[in-house]
Amino acid sequence: MSDAGYNYRVVRGFAFSALFWLVIGLVVGLWMAFEMFDPALNLTPWLTFGRLRVVHTNGLGLGFGLAAIFATSYYILQRLTRIPLLFPRLAQAHLYVFNAAIALGALSLFAGMNTTREYGELEWPLDIVVVIFWVMFAINVFGTLIKRKEKQMYISLWYIISMTVAIAILYIVNNLEVPINLFKSYTLYSGANDANVEWWYGHNVVGFIFTVPILAMFYYFLPKSTGLPIYSHRLSIVSFWALNFAYLWTGAHHLMLTPLPEWIQTVAMAFSIFLIAPSWGSVVNGYYTLQGNWDQMRTNYLTKFFIAGITFYGLQTLQGPLQGLRTLNSFFHYTDWVVGHVHMGTMGWVTMVISASFYYMIPRITNRELYSVKLANTHFWLILVGQFTWTITMWIAGIQQGAMWKATNPDGSLMYNFLDTVSSLYPYYKLRFGAGVIYFIGILVFAWNLIMTVRREPNQSEA
Amino acid sequence: MGITSKPVVFAVLAAVVILIGTTVTVFIPLFMPSTQPVSPYIKPYTAVEQEGRDIYMREGCNNCHTQTVRPLRTEVLRYGEYSKPEEFAYDRPFLWGSRRTGPDLNRVGGKYPDSWHYKHTAHPQSMFEKSNMPPYGWLAKNRLDTGYSFKKTSTLGYGYSENEVQQQIDQYRATVTSASYPSKESRDQVTPLELQKELTEMDALIAYLQKLGRDVKNMEATK
Repeated sequence: MSDAGYNYRVVRGFAFSALFWLVIGLVVGLWMAFEMFDPALNLTPWLTFGRLRVVHTNGLGLGFGLAAIFATSYYILQRLTRIPLLFPRLAQAHLYVFNAAIALGALSLFAGMNTTREYGELEWPLDIVVVIFWVMFAINVFGTLIKRKEKQMYISLWYIISMTVAIAILYIVNNLEVPINLFKSYTLYSGANDANVEWWYGHNVVGFIFTVPILAMFYYFLPKSTGLPIYSHRLSIVSFWALNFAYLWTGAHHLMLTPLPEWIQTVAMAFSIFLIAPSWGSVVNGYYTLQGNWDQMRTNYLTKFFIAGITFYGLQTLQGPLQGLRTLNSFFHYTDWVVGHVHMGTMGWVTMVISASFYYMIPRITNRELYSVKLANTHFWLILVGQFTWTITMWIAGIQQGAMWKATNPDGSLMYNFLDTVSSLYPYYKLRFGAGVIYFIGILVFAWNLIMTVRREPNQSEA
Repeated sequence: MGITSKPVVFAVLAAVVILIGTTVTVFIPLFMPSTQPVSPYIKPYTAVEQEGRDIYMREGCNNCHTQTVRPLRTEVLRYGEYSKPEEFAYDRPFLWGSRRTGPDLNRVGGKYPDSWHYKHTAHPQSMFEKSNMPPYGWLAKNRLDTGYSFKKTSTLGYGYSENEVQQQIDQYRATVTSASYPSKESRDQVTPLELQKELTEMDALIAYLQKLGRDVKNMEATK
């Protein structure tokens, strides 16, 4: 099918699955964004905000995120080991099982089969399917790594290994549950323990899906796209191990000032601050890679995506630990500030890096030229402006709501009733919806550009 | 470095590194009774309340409502006494939430009469014009399925016999369908005629909401 007999069919399958779930997840997101200022869109039980929110988070996290990770991992794995996937038919089956699981997952969440444990809402039968397709993936990862022709494993492979291991541990421990029937189960943990397990999972599943494999892409595709070697191998080693070590201690910063024992909260706070160092290790490594070649920001459209992406990662990993501090957390927690924070990571860092990785990868695996660099630039600016407007709007809304919750009259009584603190945010919610539309158009341009690329005539030269 | 040419050793080492923080902050606390203390004042949910809790979960109410009052002055002023670890001993899963699009509900039990909840759940905007809460009137049109109630409460270790579960269900049905039920008028307004003598999903949800924070009030009163 292509050079050295690499299996690109499954890469392509996952890449276009990612695009599909991305568009679906964003449509759901826009629908919910509208409901935030106009509840009339809660037309049926299936379309109520409470059900849509989990379709949105799971659709984009598991659907879009994982599919993009599988696509790029299978690609990177073959390139860096210099052998084809060890089990190509298993990988193809993985693609089908994965898409069936996401589709069933979306339907079951629409139907209200929801364990309510954030980012792990799927009910137990689907949890089993998730574990199955993860094992299918892991077999190919480790099989191919063991049989590899290239002696040293490059940085990206380390990140793929740690993701494979960590997600398996997180998903299984978090989702231990007792079934009542096919559609309902109860978690094994109760109260504060359940909260502690859940946020250990919730925080780290984001870390090992939206940080670790995205760094794998960054470390592979940035040097590939720019033709520049990564600045420091040693820095990447230190960053890698420090990140993997520190991440797991920090989940409880999601539980500040709750009944969870205070020492767990405080330990989480300390490690969150520590985590700035390895995160910025990768940021610095990215920036220094471009040393002396910053003109590429103008001349190479892919460089823009990567550098903007790693910049948002840098901001994200400063903002996160700071809002995890108990004092700041008491102000920001439960407001839209946190919603803004999450979306800078997902709409900025994650999507920017995945976009550029796809732009690099898809033309190569299909042996075609990219349909339009101009459209890729349009895509870049639309998602940049959309995301920035989106997140800044939510930060301001969060500050306003946090301040209104805390405002008191001279006699010590509360200044605002709860509803005032919600309805005063509607102008921001409308602006956020508009920003979401801009972002969504950018994503449609992205999808269109890739669809048109694979529909072109293949390159003449070599097959 | 040697291990970058040994994938299996590398994976094992990664797992060990990942499990250190996990063990200290998650696994060990699981076996410390102080993480989730118990109190004789905190009673498990009745079968009907548990069904209501499951509906709360099904509808994803936790996506907009938290259930933990933090020990902050304005928060205690707004919602009441801050949350204590004991009160969550029977919560599987916990429903503390992460975003307050709506107000915290950990102290909502007993704050309003049932009639308030029937009206508000069915038509939030009729009571608060600017509210963005979805209307949940259709919950009153669904008959409550109690087919798994006993299995649920026994799985959760509440210690009720099958008879007791049936009694709890019958008793609550008798309460809300009785002519002397104080919230009869608003219940009848949202409940279709054919279900007025039955238990609906909305009845169960309201029973659950009215339980929230009740036991801890008794606990605090005796301290």
